Amino acid sequence: MKRYGTLYCALALMFFCTGARAGTLDDVRARGKLNCGVTQGLAGFSSADASGNWAGLDVDFCRAVAAAIFDDPSKVNFVPLSSKQRFTALQSGEIDVLSRVSTWTMQNDTALGISFVGVIYHDGQGLMVRKKLEVQSALELSGAEVCTNTGTTTELNIADFFRSRSMPYRIVAFEKSDEALKAYEAERCDVYSTDASSLSAQRVKLAQPEEHVILPDLISKEPLAPAVRQNDPQWESLVRWTLFALINAEELAVTKDNADKLSRTDAAPGVRRLLGAESDYGRALGLDKDWALKAIRAVGNYGDIFDRNLGQQSPLKIERGLNKLWNNGGILFAPPVR
Amino acid sequence: MEETGRAARFWIQAALLAAVAALAGWLVFTAWTNIGRLPVHFGLGFLSEPAGFGVLQTLIPFDEKSTYGRAFMVGLLNTLLVAAIGIALATVIGFSVGVARLAPNRLLRAVAAGYVELFRNLPLLLILFFFYFGVLRQLPPPRQSFEFGGVILNNRGLFLPDPAGGGWLVLAALALLAAALALKSRWRIFAGVGAAIALVSALAMTHIVWPEARGLSVSGGLRLIPEFVALVAALAIYTAAYIAEIVRAGIQSVARGQGQAAAALGLTGLQAMRFVVLPQALRLVVPPLTSQYLNLTKNSSLAVAIAYPDLVSIFAGTTLAQTGQAVEIMALTMGVYLTLSLATAALLNWQNARVRA
Repeated sequence: MKRYGTLYCALALMFFCTGARAGTLDDVRARGKLNCGVTQGLAGFSSADASGNWAGLDVDFCRAVAAAIFDDPSKVNFVPLSSKQRFTALQSGEIDVLSRVSTWTMQNDTALGISFVGVIYHDGQGLMVRKKLEVQSALELSGAEVCTNTGTTTELNIADFFRSRSMPYRIVAFEKSDEALKAYEAERCDVYSTDASSLSAQRVKLAQPEEHVILPDLISKEPLAPAVRQNDPQWESLVRWTLFALINAEELAVTKDNADKLSRTDAAPGVRRLLGAESDYGRALGLDKDWALKAIRAVGNYGDIFDRNLGQQSPLKIERGLNKLWNNGGILFAPPVR
Repeated sequence: MEETGRAARFWIQAALLAAVAALAGWLVFTAWTNIGRLPVHFGLGFLSEPAGFGVLQTLIPFDEKSTYGRAFMVGLLNTLLVAAIGIALATVIGFSVGVARLAPNRLLRAVAAGYVELFRNLPLLLILFFFYFGVLRQLPPPRQSFEFGGVILNNRGLFLPDPAGGGWLVLAALALLAAALALKSRWRIFAGVGAAIALVSALAMTHIVWPEARGLSVSGGLRLIPEFVALVAALAIYTAAYIAEIVRAGIQSVARGQGQAAAALGLTGLQAMRFVVLPQALRLVVPPLTSQYLNLTKNSSLAVAIAYPDLVSIFAGTTLAQTGQAVEIMALTMGVYLTLSLATAALLNWQNARVRA
């Protein structure tokens, strides 16, 4: 069924393109739910458990947007999409927000009728090989066969990397990353390649994770960002500033637990502005003035979300690295609320 | 009375036609306005832009600097290759199993029946995954390849002796040989002589390049990637189960007396099948056989699940994801499958008309 998703989206584009007009916030309010495009299952970013509860960084971001609008993080329809369906689903109005480990590239940002709102995770493409190959660096992979999944920037990055170094290679591109990983495990390929964050998540799925090593080289920069349609500036601002609010909340040490209290006490002016205790920044977004408070109360600040889904409190134990705050050694930076 | 009835029918049909035309017009109009509303550049201009990705198997030269248009051709040719070889194999297996289902030997009958029931009742995707992952896991890595009679097999593919330079002649010889078997009297002689000439010139012109295992890889030889082998095997074996049933039904539709009469004339079982039963059975077999060929061609789009670079994978997959031209790409892809199906159907309808004549 999933294979026909793109076809369905293309047809949807022909029949009812009602979503592709301004007034996304009104549509979402009328529907009572936010439609959020996520992956078909990628641990740490968006994956559903046996009873259909979604969890992950991308999932929590959509919950934050829903909470800012409805004061209820559960008012989200999660729509699992393959990488080739995702942009069409957004263009056609099937979803309101695409929160699905999508790379912010010039092509994606300018030619598809969609806009990226800001980087939620700074990633890079990595390579995994079997330890017994005794490869230390990506530069020793001449002639390698590389398993990856189709419909993403990974195919292009691999082509660029090997081509620019005149190293022969063969790419074996699967529709789904699970099949790509299985083929790599069956030794069809020498290398498995995808974004470094996903690589850690995928390695855990192998029968013997300790026999595989993730090479230190990153062959690309992958700023992962949520996206919205380009034709609704107010909606774009709403989604963008929800992301900035979560990052600013971490910088201002506003957490899930203390947010309510801070909004009522005489906290620092920056905190009071963020939480809507001083002046109304929500009106321009079409929201209440405590929109950010509602979002933070629901899912916590960026650091909480990261730790819960990807960091030390998760099975993945991914280091914050580049995704630390700008004043803490990373490059995560959000413009101020004022 | 008769006149008014005819007029009413005419107006009903005219109204229906107008409604269908209006619906089509509305669809095109809606699509057009909706596309106009999106800041996406609509058109086929993207086909001449460089693709930037590599492809696992290409029948025509293709590299990262080639255009999306060429990627389309690469995908199309890969689809045609799988469909053509899959159809040929499925026909051979299907006819053998179909005839075996009616064989006098009980064991042969049971095996054939088991084959049909097994493969007809499993989902194709499952069979495909079995042939790909199940078999791939059993194959050795390149260093410990299986070697037999100049053929090398490992988890990177099946490496055959390559008739370098004469490949087309070998194919032509095979095609003419098949024609010789299918055609009648005078034409058969022409085709047979042609096949012999093609084969002799192929042998004279080519030097066969044998595959050689060298460390991590195999050099020389004709490489069949595991994805191709698994896809062709799964499609052929799955479709053959249906073809076998069609062939069995066709044979059983021929009156028993025909076979008995052939036996009375002193024909052997095989001769009776070849000259008396099958020619009559074919009249019933060809139309449903056409549907199976079409199914096989369309089912080949499952290729993307196991990384075989067919049209859907390269064009409706990678190219679509990179350019975002969903409407154009899906329309082109649907157009290709429609054309392939209609062409196959036309060919077999022609054959059907001939058989009935």
